Amino acid sequence: MIALSDCLLLGAVLFCISLAGIFINRKNIIILLMAIELMLLAVNINFVAFSHFNGDATGQLFVFFVLTVAAAEAAIGLAILILLFRNRHTINVAHLDTLKG
Amino acid sequence: MNFVMPTFLPALPEIFVLTMACAVLIADVYKSEKNPFITYHLSLVTLLGAAVLTVMMHDAEPVITFGGSFINDSMAALLKVFIYLVTAVVFLYSRDYLIQRGLFKGEFLILGLFAVLGMMVMVSAYNMVTVYLGLELMSLSLYAMVAMHRDSSVASEAAMKYFILGAVASGFLLYGMSLIYGATGQLGLTEIASYIKASSGHDLILVLGVSFVVVALAFKLGAVPFHMWIPDVYHGAPTPITLFIGSAPKIAALAMVLRLLSDGLGGLHGEWQGMLILLTVLSVTLGNVVAIAQKNIKRMLAYSTIAHVGFIFMGVLAGSPAGNAGAMFYIITYAIMALGGFGMILLLSRAGFEADNIEDFKGLAKRNPWFAFMMLIVMFSMAGVPPTVGFYAKLSVLSAVIDAGYVWVAAYAVLFSVVGAFYYLRVIKFMYFDDQDDNTPIESSPDVRAVMSANALAILLLGIFPGTLMGMCASAASVAH
Repeated sequence: MIALSDCLLLGAVLFCISLAGIFINRKNIIILLMAIELMLLAVNINFVAFSHFNGDATGQLFVFFVLTVAAAEAAIGLAILILLFRNRHTINVAHLDTLKG
Repeated sequence: MNFVMPTFLPALPEIFVLTMACAVLIADVYKSEKNPFITYHLSLVTLLGAAVLTVMMHDAEPVITFGGSFINDSMAALLKVFIYLVTAVVFLYSRDYLIQRGLFKGEFLILGLFAVLGMMVMVSAYNMVTVYLGLELMSLSLYAMVAMHRDSSVASEAAMKYFILGAVASGFLLYGMSLIYGATGQLGLTEIASYIKASSGHDLILVLGVSFVVVALAFKLGAVPFHMWIPDVYHGAPTPITLFIGSAPKIAALAMVLRLLSDGLGGLHGEWQGMLILLTVLSVTLGNVVAIAQKNIKRMLAYSTIAHVGFIFMGVLAGSPAGNAGAMFYIITYAIMALGGFGMILLLSRAGFEADNIEDFKGLAKRNPWFAFMMLIVMFSMAGVPPTVGFYAKLSVLSAVIDAGYVWVAAYAVLFSVVGAFYYLRVIKFMYFDDQDDNTPIESSPDVRAVMSANALAILLLGIFPGTLMGMCASAASVAH
């Protein structure tokens, strides 16, 4: 039987993987975008788990909104990525360093 | 199960802005060459109409609708009216700059209006879902606006950084919300507040959720140590977009802070107060010290924003109606000051010249004494020199935090705002005591000149007569709690 704590642990592990993907990753922006998606999915696991174990459906309703917004966010992220590639001819994270004070 | 139709009337301003934004979108497709300003005028009419509707719909008693997910109270009305006002001034200041660079297209206005709609939803949100949706609607519009200058390499870099850090902040916010939902079983802010009041135990999941939410709020407002995006985005974005990001969204972000922390999680004041003290102390220190080293004025104002955010969190951490009123007063007046500061950069720039180095202000007093005086007022106000409004704003949050018993935080903030006065005064020194390198006369439209003068004089007048606005903020803060 899967307990609430197992689901929360899965959510937390996915959240940490996505954080690592964002902050340790020094190579590719596409991996950053994937990590952001993973972060939102980790949150969804939390919501579904709480919703199921509390016997309350509103958490699952929130998940639908998060999924929809995540799709819109991915679209904008990829659009900015294409723009960046056209201007810079690179999508390396380490090269995003022209703005300095 | 029966479905009861909600009352739509309290959300009339939102519905109006949405309809008009779609109308502007269509008008932009069909507009003729003869009348290129139709979308611009339509956008200004939208903001004016929304202001009228907001004032008409306003009721002294809070009205809650859509199953408890939307509230229309004094705070919502006050902050919304200032969001419209600030956005309208942003559109006006930006017009000439964008025309000179061939960027005056429908996207700017449409994305601006959708961002305003997102801010309105944020201000009126009374449920975690609504908070999130409003925030995303605003943020997604802003990411696209930063990237609007498609051939600019720095703008696309700024947009990417803004997007990634903004998305991470949303992720933190959602993770915190999921934990709060798990601990309380509720998404509505009043239900969460009553659950916290009823429960006596120290719930670890709830406290963890609160800390995630605080981190996300610090990201969105730009408090240290979550400020990394602010200088790069302010610097890299086209100046009109910087002007927009630096003004209206801050008002909405404060509304989100007050709704979540004060309305929803007010019972856990003891838990989040310590985190806010840390954010305040770090922001005031780093913002003021690093701003001294900047050569680019947009970057300097970005660090100054971080310092101001520290002061705003100081009002919130007091946790009293006076503190919340002080924070509201501070954010409104800060938005007006930011309009003046970034607006002056737009006013001085012309085709092929950006005026975004501090040295570009050299000898402004000889080139144009009136605008130099206007910039002097803005800089004095940001530094907090009486009788400008910046002084009164700082005073109101400081007195709230002293009443809450944190004299040392107040003393520390005052000390660092003295340090901060240095870089504001340096701009004034460049304007008044240095010789100009640039003798080009300042060309701008009469309406921009008039509004810029009104903007700076409003800073002065609000400083001399702060009573009316402060009274509105105080009543908004007392009704909400």
